[in-house]
Amino acid sequence: MKAVFTRPQALSDQATHYCPGCLHGIAHRLVAEALDELDLTERAVGVASVGCSVFTYNYFDCDFQQAAHGRAPAVATGIKRARPDSIVFTYQGDGDLASIGAAEAMHAASRGEKITVIFINNAIYGMTGGQMAPTTLEGQRTTTSPSGRDVSLTGHPLRMSEMLQGLPGVAYLARVSCHDVKHIRQAKQSVQKAFEVQREGLGFAMVELLSNCPTNWGMTPGESLKWLEENMIPYYPIGELKTPEAVTDHGE
Amino acid sequence: MDQDLQLVKGNEAVAEAAARAGCRYFFGYPITPQNELPAYMSWRLPELGGVYLQAESEVAAINMVYGAAGAGVRVMTSSSSPGISLKQEGISYLAGSELPCVIVNMVRGGPGLGSIQPAQSDYFQATKGGGHGDYRMVVLGPSDLQELVDLTYESFNIADRYRNPVMILGDGIMGQMMEPVRFPELLDPQTLPVKEWATTGRGGKRKENNLINSLYLDAEACWEHNQKLGEKYRQMKENETRWEILYEDAEFYFAAYGTTARIVKKALESLRQRGYSVGLVRPISLWPFPDQAFASLAEKARGYVVVEMSMGQMVEDVRLAVGSELPVEFIGTAGGVMPHPSDISDKMETLIREVGGHK
Ligand SMILES: Cc1ncc(C[n+]2csc(CCOP(=O)(O)OP(=O)(O)O)c2C)c(N)n1
Ligand code: SF4
Repeated sequence: MKAVFTRPQALSDQATHYCPGCLHGIAHRLVAEALDELDLTERAVGVASVGCSVFTYNYFDCDFQQAAHGRAPAVATGIKRARPDSIVFTYQGDGDLASIGAAEAMHAASRGEKITVIFINNAIYGMTGGQMAPTTLEGQRTTTSPSGRDVSLTGHPLRMSEMLQGLPGVAYLARVSCHDVKHIRQAKQSVQKAFEVQREGLGFAMVELLSNCPTNWGMTPGESLKWLEENMIPYYPIGELKTPEAVTDHGE
Repeated sequence: MDQDLQLVKGNEAVAEAAARAGCRYFFGYPITPQNELPAYMSWRLPELGGVYLQAESEVAAINMVYGAAGAGVRVMTSSSSPGISLKQEGISYLAGSELPCVIVNMVRGGPGLGSIQPAQSDYFQATKGGGHGDYRMVVLGPSDLQELVDLTYESFNIADRYRNPVMILGDGIMGQMMEPVRFPELLDPQTLPVKEWATTGRGGKRKENNLINSLYLDAEACWEHNQKLGEKYRQMKENETRWEILYEDAEFYFAAYGTTARIVKKALESLRQRGYSVGLVRPISLWPFPDQAFASLAEKARGYVVVEMSMGQMVEDVRLAVGSELPVEFIGTAGGVMPHPSDISDKMETLIREVGGHK
C-alpha cells in the first residue's frame, strides 16, 4: 500500500493540545512542509512565543527557544546574529506580535533581520480565555468587549502587515488564510517563500495567517471558518504585499 | 612590564575586558553614564569578527542577549539604572532558562529618571531579584579599574560555569574615570568548550533537539526545576563569594563596596593615623554576600559603620550577617551625591565614642 498523506518530517510524532477545529494545527503543518521541502530542518531554530502556540517546541522536530511574551523577534535576532547559518523562525499570535511585541516585530522588520515570522491572526487572545486583541474586529464580542468592540473607545483593529509594508528591510510579506483548501494551498506557497527569502539572505519575511479560535469565538469549527471568511478577510485583505524578485513562484 | 599598562576609561575598560574574554556579541541601548561602553563595542567587535547591534530598547536588547546566549556564544549587554529596570523581565527568563551572559549596570541616581551621577541605589534590584521568580545571579562590585577589568573577564567564566547571568555592578564615576590597567590575553572564542546544549540547529550532528525554555506548566515539574536552580545557587554561594578585609585585627569596621570603598579607605587611613583601631570589610561579590567575612571578625569586632551611595540597602545584609549583638550604623548619600571622607570618619568617631572604644 502506498502512503499518500503522511506527517511532515519536521513535525514531531506528538498529539497537539489545540482545541478541535483550531487552525494552529494547519499552520504548523505548513511550516513543517516548508522546512521539509526546502530541506532546512537541520539548520532550523524555532522561537516559540507566548499564547496558545507556546508549546510549538514540542511539535516541531528541530531546535527551539521559548521567548517571553512578544519578544520572539528580538530573541530570533540574537540567534540569527550569533549563528547566521541557522534558519530562524518565530511563531507568534496576534496578541504576542501586534500588541505587547509590536515594537520588537516592527524593529526586526525595519532592520531587515533575516528571519521568518509566522504570524497567526485569530483576532483574539486565545490562551488567556478570549480577551480583546488589537486585531479584534469592530463589534466583535470578547470577554473584555462584552458588547462588541467599540472603536471609539479602543481604536480600530490593527493591520500589522500594512504597517510593515513600507519598511525597506521587509523582503517578503503576505497575508493568507487557512479557512479552506484553496486558501491553504496559497498559504503553503507563501510560507515556503518566507523561508526561501531567509535562505537567500534577502531580508525580513513575514506571513500573516488569518486563523480562528472556535473556543473563544463561541462557535463550532465550521461556523468559525465561515465567520473568518465573511468578517476577517474583508478587513484584512489577503494577498502578497511585498515580494522580492529573486523568489520563484511555486506554481501548483 | 609597565609598558603593558594602559590608561583607559572605566566604560572602555569593561568593553575591552569582555572582548578579551571571548565576548563577540553585544546588544544595548544608549543611556548615560555608560555610553562609551557600547561605542567601544561598536568598532571593537566588528574588528574581531563579532557583532554589535543597537537594539530598539533595553527590553529588546536583553532578549537579543537571550537568543545569542541560547545559541551558545559569549554575549553581553550594558546599561544604567532605568535601562536595567527594563531588562528585569529578560533577566528572569535568562535565569529560568539557564543561559549565561554578562550584564553591566553603571548605576546612576534614582528612582525614576533620577540623575546621571554615580549611585549605589540599585543594590536591592541587583542582589534580591528585580525580576520575577526565585532566581539569583552573581553580582560583582569592583572598586577600581583593574578590578573592573579582572572581574569582567572572570564574569564570563562564572556565567558559563553555572549557565547563569552575572552582573557587574559599577556606578557612574567608575564608568567615567580613567586609571592605568593591564588587560588579560585576548581569548579566541573558538578555543572555548563547545556548549552542547545550545540551539545551533542540529546540523546533522545529533538526533535530539536542543531546547531553551523556562516553561513548566506542571507544578511538580516547575518545583523540580526550582530545586535544580536552588542547588546551583547553593554552589555559587560556596564557590563565588569574594571579599577583602583591611586590618583584620581592628575593633571597629567600615563596610562598603565599589567606589564608596575607595572613599572609605581615605577616611580609614586618617582615622588610623589618629590612633583609632578601624578596618574595612569590602564585599566584592554582593551576591553571594560574604557573610563569612563578618563571621571571621565576630571575636574582635565591636561595631560597624556601613557607607553607601544609597539611602541604606547593603546595610540590611550587613545587619543580617553581623546579628543584633553589635551596633551597625549607616551613613549614605543619594541621588548622585558622593560621600565625603570627613563625614564618614565623623560617623565612625561618634560610634566609637558611644560604644566606648579605644583610641
Ligand atoms: C508579560 C506577560 N503578560 C501577559 C501574559 C499572559 N498571556 C499569555 S498568552 C497571552 C495572549 C496570547 O494571545 P495571542 O498572542 O493572540 O495568541 P493565541 O493564544 O490567540 O494563539 C497573554 C496575554 C504573559 N504570559 N506574559
Ligand atoms: S483557545 Fe482558540 S486559538 Fe487556542 S487552541 Fe483553542 S481554538 Fe485554538
